[in-house]
Amino acid sequence: LQESESENKLDGETASDSESKSEFGGSSPVPSSDDTPEVLNRALSNLSSRWKNWWVRGILTLAMITFFFIIIYLGPMVLMTIVMCVQIKCFHEIITIGYNVYHSYDLPWFRTLSWYFLLCVNYFFYGETVTDYFFTLVQREEPLRILSKYHRFISFALYLTGFCMFVLSLVKKHYRLQFYMFGWTHVTLLIVVTQSHLIIHNLFEGMIWFIVPISCVICNDIMAYMFGFFFGRTPLIKLSPKKTWEGFIGGFFSTVLFGLLLSYVMSGYRCFTCPVEFNNDTNSFTVDCEPSELFQLQEYNIPVVLQSVVGWKTVRMYPFQIHSIALSTFASLIGPFGGFFASGFKRAFKIKDFANTIPGHGGIMDRFDCQYLMATFVNVYIASFIRGPNPSKLIQQFLTLRPDQQLHIFNTLKAHLVDRGILGSLEDA
Amino acid sequence: EVDLDERLHELDLRSDSDIPDVPPPTDSTPEILKRALSGLSARWKNWWIRGILSLAMISGFFLIIYLGSFMLMLLVLSIQVKCYHEIITIGYRVYHSYDLPWFRSLSWYFLLCVNYFFYGETVADYFATFVQRREQLQFLIRYHRFISFALYLTGFCMFVLSLVKKHYRLQFYMFAWTHVTLLITVTQSHLVIQNLFEGMIWFLVPISSVICNDITAYIFGFFFGRTPLIKLSPKKTWEGFIGGFFSTVVFGFIFSYFLAQHQYFVCPVEYNSETNRFVTECEPSELFQMKKYSVPPLLQAVLGWETVNMYPFQMHSFALSTFASLIGPFGGFFASGFKRAFKIKDFADTIPGHGGIMDRFDCQYLMATFVHVYITSFIRGPNPSKLLKQLLILQPEQQLSVYKTLKSHLIEKGILQPSLRG
Repeated sequence: LQESESENKLDGETASDSESKSEFGGSSPVPSSDDTPEVLNRALSNLSSRWKNWWVRGILTLAMITFFFIIIYLGPMVLMTIVMCVQIKCFHEIITIGYNVYHSYDLPWFRTLSWYFLLCVNYFFYGETVTDYFFTLVQREEPLRILSKYHRFISFALYLTGFCMFVLSLVKKHYRLQFYMFGWTHVTLLIVVTQSHLIIHNLFEGMIWFIVPISCVICNDIMAYMFGFFFGRTPLIKLSPKKTWEGFIGGFFSTVLFGLLLSYVMSGYRCFTCPVEFNNDTNSFTVDCEPSELFQLQEYNIPVVLQSVVGWKTVRMYPFQIHSIALSTFASLIGPFGGFFASGFKRAFKIKDFANTIPGHGGIMDRFDCQYLMATFVNVYIASFIRGPNPSKLIQQFLTLRPDQQLHIFNTLKAHLVDRGILGSLEDA
Repeated sequence: EVDLDERLHELDLRSDSDIPDVPPPTDSTPEILKRALSGLSARWKNWWIRGILSLAMISGFFLIIYLGSFMLMLLVLSIQVKCYHEIITIGYRVYHSYDLPWFRSLSWYFLLCVNYFFYGETVADYFATFVQRREQLQFLIRYHRFISFALYLTGFCMFVLSLVKKHYRLQFYMFAWTHVTLLITVTQSHLVIQNLFEGMIWFLVPISSVICNDITAYIFGFFFGRTPLIKLSPKKTWEGFIGGFFSTVVFGFIFSYFLAQHQYFVCPVEYNSETNRFVTECEPSELFQMKKYSVPPLLQAVLGWETVNMYPFQMHSFALSTFASLIGPFGGFFASGFKRAFKIKDFADTIPGHGGIMDRFDCQYLMATFVHVYITSFIRGPNPSKLLKQLLILQPEQQLSVYKTLKSHLIEKGILQPSLRG
């Protein structure tokens, strides 16, 4: 506790923050032990506390970014696994906070039930994903086919079992706590698990839809911090006294620029722009395709305003870079609200960090709080503006309809295609 | 200035028994009933009030069924809004947070957003022809998810901006309370409406089974009840539970038999764009055509018949009634636990003698989800009109390739005859 208080002072926080220190010193702060690895401790033992903190944060930041690159290199399967691990760790962190807040670690069954619900919801979502993207694999294996056909029913039955176990586990004198933890678990599932599955959907759309949004949020974090450090003067919001308007605006422009550049570099490579597909013959993921229009260079006219500044009349860009402007804008303007939400949450429950997993940074949730809104936004953006529904999924749904329904749809589609001239009316029926 | 968060933290750490009761709502029995029953003793008066209101609710239900699908949708919507209101009000009372800045507005705003999202999806699916004709609706439908998400985000940002020092914890609690309530009431009410569109019988039989189970379990418990079922609800007994189960199965069987004969109940609800009304007219599907079933040898001795004419739907009603009697009550236990946890006797006092709307509907929530999952898993596949809508917004090349795949599939299955054009 003493260390966290001195850390607050040394980071040069404003007066309003010292008020919050008394909140931290209040009823129940979750104590955090120093988690920095021995190696780092020894290497930095000569520096003063303040610089040591900086170095620890800096080294860990570089370590995380390097790790990110390695995983990208290793491919979609590893990425999916990492997303899953991050999700489980975030869930664990938030649930642990709940236990600590309510001193409810000893509630009967509760730990088991939380993990059980996590398992159920993951089973439901992974089942839907697997059915969509691994369609042919699923059709081939008989047990998988049945599991996939009755997937919703099985998931619901699993969930109901958990629900009934919860009801049966209610103990007199603990009712309120148990309901709180039940609510806490469900809200956490809603936040953590649904978002992680949206991330995986984005990933399958093309690795660029996974990498660019996440990088924009990270870039905004770092840039806003730097602009704030060098030029910061006007506080942005009472919730997070360290944020400033200068940091916010500087971060916004840098992130947009960064997004444009990163998209330009990535759009040139198929392994980033192609949808991830599962190849039945080789039983592995492939990213190989004809790049869509979004990733083919086009000439754009520069608006007259910018012509004088930039000196060119036209510019060659990928259409995707225009989309990247929307993504970076969201990451810089709305993404921070995710961070403010997490700050408010930490102040409400009087904790400094979600956990102490990453030395110098806090828990995994601390790093990922802005990412959650971003993942949902990207998913909604893709679904609304980029692609329509997944054709293979539609075919798969079509095959489960009744014959008369199939015929009706087929005829309507045919009439539509003939109408639009896509199908010659003289073709065979 | 009182730090409400500090006070709340103290409250949270106390055990349940130390927490003061939430003050009970006032008695809202109408004057007229009170005068009519003023002669009877308190116990019988309570019985009469409950009985009269039960009959009133059941009659109201029949009336609305008669008035048609549109009225039923409105009824479902009103019930959803009232349930939401009841649960949110309990949250206010528990946390004494009625004066939190913005909070009431934000709760209603989120309710509006989520309803907009769900109704938009429903309207797009079922009113496809109506929507095609109007340009402005086309735009709203195409970008529906984006618009809904933007609306929700606005609410989220307003919440973050409304956070006030010393009230943080309270505000987060109410935020979570709102979201969990939305999850329970709004999603379920939309599943109820989806079931309704599948055919009124899928709406009526489950709801009636739950009501029947409630009433018959009570009656069996009253006359034969001896062994308590669960500590949460001391008035429930095993005799009531089992008696209720068998009665509900029989009731479901008989009720489905009667309903399955009328097109009005059996046909999917469709919107006719010419007459601008809902119509329920169709060729009854296989489920609603009489078939001969062989009676299993066990029952042959009992019943004396070798075969029996039944609707296939009656077999499904067996599954529905079983769920209503065995798992449905867990919804009731959950609500009982909730009321004990927050020390309230009833959710509200909307219905004299019965409590709030939530008190009547607590078992229905699980049922609605079950029926929906049951229908999508065992009865029909995905919604054909939704599938068609999605096909029509694909890119032309995708549409062409899908068309070719479908064509070869249909020809393979013999559903489509290959053209004999030379």
